Order: sequence, then structure tokens, then C-alpha cells
Amino acid sequence: MPTRLPGTDVVIVGLGAAGGVAALPLAESGLSVVGLEAGSRLTRKDFAPDELRNNVRAWPFTVQKAQREIPTVRPNRLTPSTQGAIHPMMNGVGGTSLHYWAQSWRLNPWDFKVVSEIRRRYGVSKIPEGSTVEDWPFGYEELEPYYDRVEREIGVSGQAGNINGTIDRRGNPFEGTRSDAYPMEPLRWTGFIEQMADAAQNLGWDPFPGPAAVNTRTYQDRSSCMYHGFCNRGGCHVDAKNSTAVTTIPRAEATGNLQVVSHAHVTTIDVDRNGRVTGVTYLQGGEEFFQPTKFVLLASYTYENVRLLLRSTSRSYPIGLSNNHAQVGRHYFSHHQGASVSALFPFDLNAWYGLPAQGVAVDNWADDNFDHADLDFVGGGNLWVYSDRRPIGAAGMNTFGLVPNWGSAWKAFISENADRSNTAYIQKTTLPYESNYLDLDPVVKDPFGHPVIRITAEYKENELAVAEFMQEKMEQWYREAGATEIVRGGLGRTMGVSTHAYGGTRMGDNAETNVVNRFGVSHEVPNLGIAGASVMGTSGARNPTLTAQALSWRTAQHIVDQWSTLAD
Amino acid sequence: MAGDRTKRKDQTVGMTRRELLRGAGVSAAVGASTLGAVTSYAKTAQQSGNSAGSEEAYEQLTTEEGQLLEVIADHLIPSDDSGPGALDAKAVRYIDRALGGALSDSLEVYRAGLAAFQRYCRSSRGGDFMELPHNDRISALIDVETGAATGAGAGFVGSSAAFFSMVRGHVLQGTFGDPYYGGNENFVGWDLIGYPGVRTAVTENDQRRLEAGELRPYRRSAYGWEEFEKATVSAARKGLRHAD
Repeated sequence: MPTRLPGTDVVIVGLGAAGGVAALPLAESGLSVVGLEAGSRLTRKDFAPDELRNNVRAWPFTVQKAQREIPTVRPNRLTPSTQGAIHPMMNGVGGTSLHYWAQSWRLNPWDFKVVSEIRRRYGVSKIPEGSTVEDWPFGYEELEPYYDRVEREIGVSGQAGNINGTIDRRGNPFEGTRSDAYPMEPLRWTGFIEQMADAAQNLGWDPFPGPAAVNTRTYQDRSSCMYHGFCNRGGCHVDAKNSTAVTTIPRAEATGNLQVVSHAHVTTIDVDRNGRVTGVTYLQGGEEFFQPTKFVLLASYTYENVRLLLRSTSRSYPIGLSNNHAQVGRHYFSHHQGASVSALFPFDLNAWYGLPAQGVAVDNWADDNFDHADLDFVGGGNLWVYSDRRPIGAAGMNTFGLVPNWGSAWKAFISENADRSNTAYIQKTTLPYESNYLDLDPVVKDPFGHPVIRITAEYKENELAVAEFMQEKMEQWYREAGATEIVRGGLGRTMGVSTHAYGGTRMGDNAETNVVNRFGVSHEVPNLGIAGASVMGTSGARNPTLTAQALSWRTAQHIVDQWSTLAD
Repeated sequence: MAGDRTKRKDQTVGMTRRELLRGAGVSAAVGASTLGAVTSYAKTAQQSGNSAGSEEAYEQLTTEEGQLLEVIADHLIPSDDSGPGALDAKAVRYIDRALGGALSDSLEVYRAGLAAFQRYCRSSRGGDFMELPHNDRISALIDVETGAATGAGAGFVGSSAAFFSMVRGHVLQGTFGDPYYGGNENFVGWDLIGYPGVRTAVTENDQRRLEAGELRPYRRSAYGWEEFEKATVSAARKGLRHAD
């Protein structure tokens, strides 16, 4: 029998980007909160500027619980699944926000109303066949105050493009209306980024600096960014990257109402006869504990959110918690970030220092910012060129078919060109489809004998058409800036394990097609909330973290406001 | 910990790296002129027969394995006109040490792969790799790289391309990685590609100087700063937790 612990008001499962944000409004309201985190506490001493450890050996996330439960992947039901070597997310107080790129985008208004906007502008037949996409239960305006709040609470730098309807050409002219500017100026640009911005303007596009949860001045007594070049897959050695580990979590702990329990491996969420959650069971150091609670906020990653629900079966929920409508695991999709474009320039780019969140974006070809009437797809992509390079990666550069991969000619080539290539990051609209889903793998198990998640998902024609279109645009941009060689990656097919994994516990008003309601609370279990990108029904063309955090804050606020109703 | 290792002398290996490279230049010139389709791989420094070796004994690999790996590494990143290569960087010392730590899962893969490579050289070219003429060495390596040496009959039980790719990756790590791990000796790898060095702060002025070609390269390991913990992957992986 597990050791039964004293009760608490709220248990948050997972103290990462989403759960770590929710902890603050919950703790500040006076509720007692226990945060169960599978990983450790890492601090600035753990974040050495060491490419081998961080980027090659993936140290920040290879020694983790998540690595024992890597999902298996198959493109469709007819193909056998395989298990990859690595899970890209990490456990730890702060979760993957410790080492993420910290790009902190708001979704654009179109992303909330994909179905009705397509129907209005092009007719319903333009919605790709087999897609289960729905409008969000609310529009951008509903989430705006929470975006604004989180940008201030964690600290986001950037250039506003639209404050209360006034367009500022230095920012993104396509963004939704903001109630205020970013709390900090954007990250600085390098000479090469300036050059790319000039090239975009020559093409008649609208370049702007992207938003980042990275300090550009002293903020909340934490340092500004040092641009040292080890931000990608590394934590920050001066706490300038605003992970929840250095922002909301310590502030929630300071209230005295958040108890952080690290190395806690949650195995089930338990319910009573009436179908209400009673607590969670977890393993810690070989011992089993039961943590009673009035409310559970499930805030691990998409894969683990779904796995925990599917594993938590009971008389009330025979095929998984909150799954009596068989929607858990459905409407899954991972962001199409493949179909790369790389360029070689005849001059040094001086990209050795900087960070992936430091760069120039173009949104002219994102979402519905351009007319799709004569195109055979919907959506688009965000073009992103950034400053990020380290020596092992630079030496392993693409050789653009100009030399072999080793020997004297290769060596002379990298000696000249190691700092002359650039690969754009292109995030593209990705939709949910009927045939793409998550379930429990029938064969592969973690060391505790619990099945891992199986991903059955592939990009469909719409995603591939967007990918090819975006490669054209990116090539045009690089050529305008003086690139002499271009290499394009494949368009992609299978949706692998991703850091941008959406759906599985989708949010929506209709309980027949969604797991949580518009506030992030289960349609079926009155005292269960879910946070993270698993509640998102569309991807947009940009990183999900800030949206997941804004939604998480909103759910936490709802729990606080409706506590008396939700808790009994 | 990399800094604490005992340096053993291997009495069987007498030739210094300097001598070794001096001998290499001569035969490389001969080899280059005779290469047809593979000229782009040419100008690889070459060692004669059994003389390859390092001044330090290997910790995981046998002397024979280590010497073969050094010659292979020297073909991948040769010491030549464009500067020092993998041997100068001590890339094989990096690999050898890592095979006792973070890369310990790969030790048997190296053992089997190096043996298979020799078998392949004997069956397809009539001799051990180090005894082959230069152009045969290059073509044998290309066979391994492209997967043409795959198959038990050919020498490799597993994919020869996978073995090549692994070795190449590790040679790059040993040449361009942080010297803390035993490679990139005297920062030769960072000099080769013009990496201006690990810094903990880069000001706007530093960036301007870099762009103007006026920023002096900084040559220091990440662990030259005392503030950083030196946790290794292999140590941490055992307990499946970070060193906290």
C-alpha cells in the first residue's frame, strides 16, 4: 500500500512551462498546492557552455524519466511502429523551459478561428479532407489579457506591431491587437540579421524581431542576456532565460503555499465511486505515495498527459480518465518544422554568439495573411532566421554538394565556410486529422511495465503543400540576401516525437469532440484540469509555449474563481 | 574525471607524432597523383605500415585498434596545407577516453567495426588498411562510408555506413569539442574553423569587433570557469537524475 500523505487543495502534475506558470496564481490565492515534478532542480551552475554535453550528448534531458518512456511512432495503422532514441523534452523543476529556445509568440487571431475564417473567405470545401479541426471556443481577444499577464510575469522581450490598433512597422503588422508593448525591448540584431531584414524589405515583406522570454535588461532582479551562444539546448548561466524555474515557481514557493516535490514519478490519477478525483499516486526513490487532493491540474507534456489519463482506468472511466467520449489521444498533431532550407553565403555571418531567439521573422506568408484563393492549401508558415552556431555543429555543416564529407578538400571547405551557412527555422500550419492519434503502445513498456505512448500520425497533403510553398519563399529571401548555394530538406511525412506536440486532450465546448471545456477543466471529471499544448486545437505557425502558458494561467485563475464549485 | 587520468607510456610505440607526420607528406604527394575519381578525397596524410601511434597508451582500445583508428581519423581530418588535423587535436584520445565513459555503449561497436574494417581491407584490397597504397585506402573508406562494405561476406555484419558515420561524428567531436574531454588539443580545431572561443558574456561591442575582424580568439575550456559543475552524462545516467 502506498504511504498516504496529508491532503492538499491542488496537485499540479508537472512543474514545467505550463504547470510552473499555473502554480503562481494558485499559490497567491491562498490555496495549498503540491507540485509533483519527475525531475531535479537545476541551477545556473549546471549550465556550462559545453556543446558536447548539451548539444551532442543532450545532457540536460538524457538523464530523465522521460527517456524511459519515449513514444513509439508510425505514420499510419498499416506501418509497424518504431521507438526513437531520445525524448526531446526534459523533466526538472521548470521542465523544458530550462533549455528551450524561449521564443514566446502569441498566436495570431486566425489561428483561433480557422474553420469559420476559411468558410467565410474560401468556402467550406477548402478545409482539408479528413481534418477534425474546429474553431477554438473563444477568440484571440479572450486570451489577450492572459498573454499580457504572462509576458509581464515571466518577462518577454520583443517589438510590438499592433498596440490597440495602431500599427508599428518595426513589429509584426499581422499580429493580433495588443493591449500594451512588451515589457522589454527586443534582443539585439547582428550585422547578418540586419542584412536579412534589408533583403526582406527589398522583397516588399515586413521583417521584425521575434519575441523571447529572455531578458534584454535587468528584469525582476535577474540579469540581461549575455549572448554567449549556448542557449540552444542549454540552460542560462545568468538566469536571463525566463524559465518557470527562475520566475513563477520561486515566487509561488515564496508565498508558502507551494510545496515542490521533485523526483516524483506520477503513475495514476485516482478517483472515487462518483468519478471525482481523490488524489494521485506517485513513486519516489522506490517508495509509493498517495497524495490526496481536492483538485488535480495535469500539466506534464502532451504525451504524458495522454498516457496518464489512458492509464488511469476505473469503474467510472473504464477506458481512461475523462475518456468516456473516447477523445483522449485524438486530434493529435505535431508542428511541421521540417522541410528545412539552408543557404551558403560568400561572406562570414559572425553567428558564433547569440541565441536561437535572436533573429528576424517574416509573417507575410503565415496563417491567412495572403490570399489562398488560387492555392491548393490553407495556412502558411513563419520564416525565422537567427544567430546560433557552435564549433562541432559548424564543422558538421552541410557541404551543399560542393565537396565530399571528409578529407583535405572537405577540411579546406569547412575552414573557409564554417561561419558562412544559415538554416532557417520555418514553422508551418499543421492541422489535426481523423487518422492521426495517440494511444498506448500494445507492446513497448517503460521499466515499470507501463505502456508508452504510440504516435500514429503523418503530415497530409495540406502540410506538404505548405512546406513546399514556404521553401520557395525562404529560398527567395536567402537569394535576395546574397546566398550562392541553397539546399532544401525533404518535405517530411511521419510526425515524429516533437517538442511542439498538440492535441490529445483538446479544448472545446462540444464534449463529444473535446476532452476539456473552454476553461481547461474536464468535461467529465469536475475536479480535473489539464494544462499544456495538449489542449490546443490548432498550431499556428509559431512556438506554442506562451500560448500554453497563457491558457494555463487562465485555467488556474478559473480554478481560483470557481473554487467552491469545483472543489466540492 | 578527465583531468585525473594516469598517463601510461607504451613502450611498443616509439614514433612521435612529428616524425609520423613528416613521413606522411611524402607518400601523400605520390598518392594524390594516382587518384582518379577520388581526387577530392586526396591529400590525406598517410602513415606507413605499423608506425602509427600516439605517445600515450590507450585506456579502452587496444594498441592495434587505437593505431588503426588514428590512421582513419587522419584520413578524415588530415594534417595538411590547411593546418593541423584530427591527429594533432588528439581526437582518438578523446574517443578512447569517452569509450570508458559517456560512449561506453559504443566500445564493442568500435571493436567489431575496426575488426570488420580490417577484414574488409584484406578481402577486397589484399591487405591491412595501413599497408594499402594511398588510393586503395581512400576507396576502402569510401566503400565503408557508402555502405558498400556492408554484409558479413564483405566484412561488416552491421551497416558499414552506420559505423563510418559514428566514427566520423566522434572524430569531429574530438577535434572540435571542448578540450576538457581530451581532444581539440591546443584548440587546433577551433583555430581551423575560426571559432572565436567560449565566452560567458558577449557584449554588443564584442559582436561589432567580431564583425570587423578585430575580436581576438579566446582559448579556454568551459570548465576553466570554476562556477560550472562538471557532471558527466554517464555518471548521471546511472541514477537517471541530474547530479543534484
